[in-house]
Amino acid sequence: MRLRFLAVPVFACAAIGWQQINVTIIKNPGKPLVAVTDLRASGAAASLMATFNSTVVSDLGNSPLINFIPKTLYPLQVPQQPQDLVAGVAPSSARPVNPQGKRLTDWSLPPVSANYLGFGYGAEDRGQLVVFGWFYSTAPNMPSLQQAQVFGKVYTATQDAAGAVDAGHRYAADILAQFGGTSLVGSRIVFVSNRSGAKEIWVMNWDGTDQRQLTRYGSTSTFPSASPDGRIVAFTSYTAGYPAIYMLSLDTGRRMPFYNQRASMNAFVTFTPDSKRIIFSSTAGGGAAQLFTANVDGSGFRRLTSSGAIEVEPKVNPKTGADLVDVSGRTGYPQVYHMNMEGADVHRLSAGTGEATNPGWSPDGIHIAFAWTRGFEPGNYNIFVMDVTSEQTTQLTANEGRNENPTWAPDGAHIAYASTRGGRSQIWVMNADGTGKHPLTQTGNNEKPFWVNAEK
Amino acid sequence: MTTRRAAVAFTTVFMLALAAACHKKPLPPPPASAPPPQPSAANKPTINYFTAEPSTISSGQPSSLRWSVTDATNVQIDGIGQVSPNGRRAVYPTSTTTYHLTATSSGGTSEADATVTVATPPTPETAPARPTQTSAEMLASQVQDVHFDYDKSDIRGQDQTIIQSDATALKTIFAQDPTFVVTIEGHCDERGSAEYNLALGDRRASATKDALVSLGVPGDKLKTISYGKERPLCTDPTEDCYARNRRAHFSAGTQ
Repeated sequence: MRLRFLAVPVFACAAIGWQQINVTIIKNPGKPLVAVTDLRASGAAASLMATFNSTVVSDLGNSPLINFIPKTLYPLQVPQQPQDLVAGVAPSSARPVNPQGKRLTDWSLPPVSANYLGFGYGAEDRGQLVVFGWFYSTAPNMPSLQQAQVFGKVYTATQDAAGAVDAGHRYAADILAQFGGTSLVGSRIVFVSNRSGAKEIWVMNWDGTDQRQLTRYGSTSTFPSASPDGRIVAFTSYTAGYPAIYMLSLDTGRRMPFYNQRASMNAFVTFTPDSKRIIFSSTAGGGAAQLFTANVDGSGFRRLTSSGAIEVEPKVNPKTGADLVDVSGRTGYPQVYHMNMEGADVHRLSAGTGEATNPGWSPDGIHIAFAWTRGFEPGNYNIFVMDVTSEQTTQLTANEGRNENPTWAPDGAHIAYASTRGGRSQIWVMNADGTGKHPLTQTGNNEKPFWVNAEK
Repeated sequence: MTTRRAAVAFTTVFMLALAAACHKKPLPPPPASAPPPQPSAANKPTINYFTAEPSTISSGQPSSLRWSVTDATNVQIDGIGQVSPNGRRAVYPTSTTTYHLTATSSGGTSEADATVTVATPPTPETAPARPTQTSAEMLASQVQDVHFDYDKSDIRGQDQTIIQSDATALKTIFAQDPTFVVTIEGHCDERGSAEYNLALGDRRASATKDALVSLGVPGDKLKTISYGKERPLCTDPTEDCYARNRRAHFSAGTQ
C-alpha cells in the first residue's frame, strides 16, 4: 500500500509537467536541505551548462541523503563566485521583498530555507570545459564567509555534452560526499543485451551513458559479475558448446586465461573482496551444481559444498570476505542461504515460501537485495531488501512486471535491477528505499545487471 | 510417436513432390507458331530462351539444350554449328561445358550462354551403402523428448515407457553407427530464475542420461548440456507451454 501511495505523485508530476511544480516536497524529513544554483558560462562553454546543471539536479534530486530544494524558490540573483557574497545578515528593515541572493541569509531564511548552498560558473579554457564549483554552509553561526565554505573545486572535462555530464556528476558527488555519500563516478554496470542479435555482455556508465558491447561471441553469453577492484568481468558463455566461465579485462577488453574444470556447467562467479579468489557453481564430479572455490585463473580448485541439491549464485560478503549467500534447492524451491567461506554453518535467510533468488550484498555487508515471489505464483518476482542479521525484509517493487537481479551501487544508496514493466526486460535503477525508479536501457532486451566499482 | 512418424513421412512426400516439381518445371512457352518468324532487317535478334536441362548431369548422361530466337538470320551454337531459330539438341559433355549461342541479323548480334555442369561421380570409398535413414534422422523420428514437473528433475512415471523406447532406439542407432554421438539437452520453463534453471536443466539432462544408461545405453555416447531457459520451444505464459519447455531433448552430435 505504501508503494502504491508513493507512485501516485510521481505519475501526477509526469502528467502536469515539471515546470508547473512549485511546491516544496520534503521527501527525506530531517535530511540536510541543499540548494544549488544554475551555473552559467560564457563563450563555447555556455551551451553546455544546461547539461551540467540538469546532471547536478538529477544526481542530487535522486539522492536519499539530502533534500534538494527546487530552484523556483531561489532568489532572482545568485552568486557566481565567492567574491559575490556579502557577509553578515541584512538588517531586517533593509531586507528587500525579493532578496538579491548575495548574502547567505538570503538562502538560509524562508522561502529557500537551505542549510547548504552550491554555486559557481563555467568557462572554456584551451578547448576544455572548466567548471568552478563551490559549496557553502548557510548556518547563521559561521564567524566568516571563509569558514562557511565547505569546498571549492575545479572540474575539468571535455568541451562537449559528455564532458558536461561528467563534470556535473563529479560536482554532485563531491556535494553528496559531505553527507556520507560514496561517489558513483567511475562505477559502471555490466549487463546482458541481445540488441546485436545474440546475448552478449555489455557495459555502461552507472547513469546509463556510454553503452558498449564487450563480447562479440555470437553465442549465448550471460551472468556477468565483476571483481571488487573493477578490473575483471566474469561471465558464463556457451562459446565452447557448453556453459563455461570466461574472464575479460575491463582495461583492455581482452580475454584473460581461465581454466574451466571438466564439467557440464561452470557458472556464476563471485570474487573475494581482495579480488584474488573466486567462488562459483560447477557440476564438476557429477551431481547437482555445487559451490567451488579457485584462484582467479581457475587454478587451486576446491569443492566447498556437498548438499546434493542445486547450489547457484554464490555472493561473497564484500565487507567481511568471511561469509557468503547463495541460492539452494536443499529444501525444495530455491531459497537464499547464508554460510561461511568453507560452505559450512549453513542457515536459510529467505522465508521458505515461494522462490527466493538473485541475492546481492549492500557494500556495507549488512543487507542483501534479492528477488522473491513471496509465495505468489512462480515467476512473479519482486525486489526485496533484507537485513541479514534481523532478517527483516522490505519490498521495493510491486505490480510492475517481473523484477530480478538487484545489484547494489558502491554508494549503498542505489540498486540497479532488471524489470519487464513495459514489456521487454530493461535495466532500471532506484534508490535503495524503492523511490526514484528510472530505466537506463531502451534498446533490445537487457538483463542481469551487475554494478562494477570504479577501478581501484 | 505417431505424429512424429507422420511428420517424417510428410517431409519425405514433400521432398519428393518438390523434386517432381523440379522435373516438371514448366518449360518455356512454345515458340510463337501463328505468325511465322519474319526476319526483319531492322531488328536486333531476340533470344527468347537458351537453356540446358538438366543443368547438372553425370559424365556421359544427356542434357537437352533448348533455344528460341526471333528476328535472326543466322543462329550459331559454338561446337554445334548453325542451327534453326527454334530447336533442341541433346548433348553428352564429359566435363562441365558452357554452350554459347550467337544470333545475328542485319540489325545486330545477340548472345546467350547455357552451362551443363558435370558432377564428379562419387568415388567408391566415400560412398558407403547408405542406410535408409541417417542416424540423425532416426534420432529425430524415433527418440522422444522426456518431460518434467516444475522444479523437478526425476523421470515421471508416465515417462518411463518413453525412456524405455528411447533406450531401445538409441541402442539400435549406436549399434548401426558406432561413431554417432548424442547430446541430451536439458531445458526449463521461463518462470524460475535463469541461474537456478541452468543448474536444473543440467539435472534434467543427467537424470535422463542416467535412466538410459541403466537400460543399457552406452554412457560414453551420451553427452549432456543445460540450456536452462535460454532456448524455449514456445514463449506463451500458459501451463501448456511451460510443460512443453520442461524437457530433455536429444540432438545429434556434440554441439
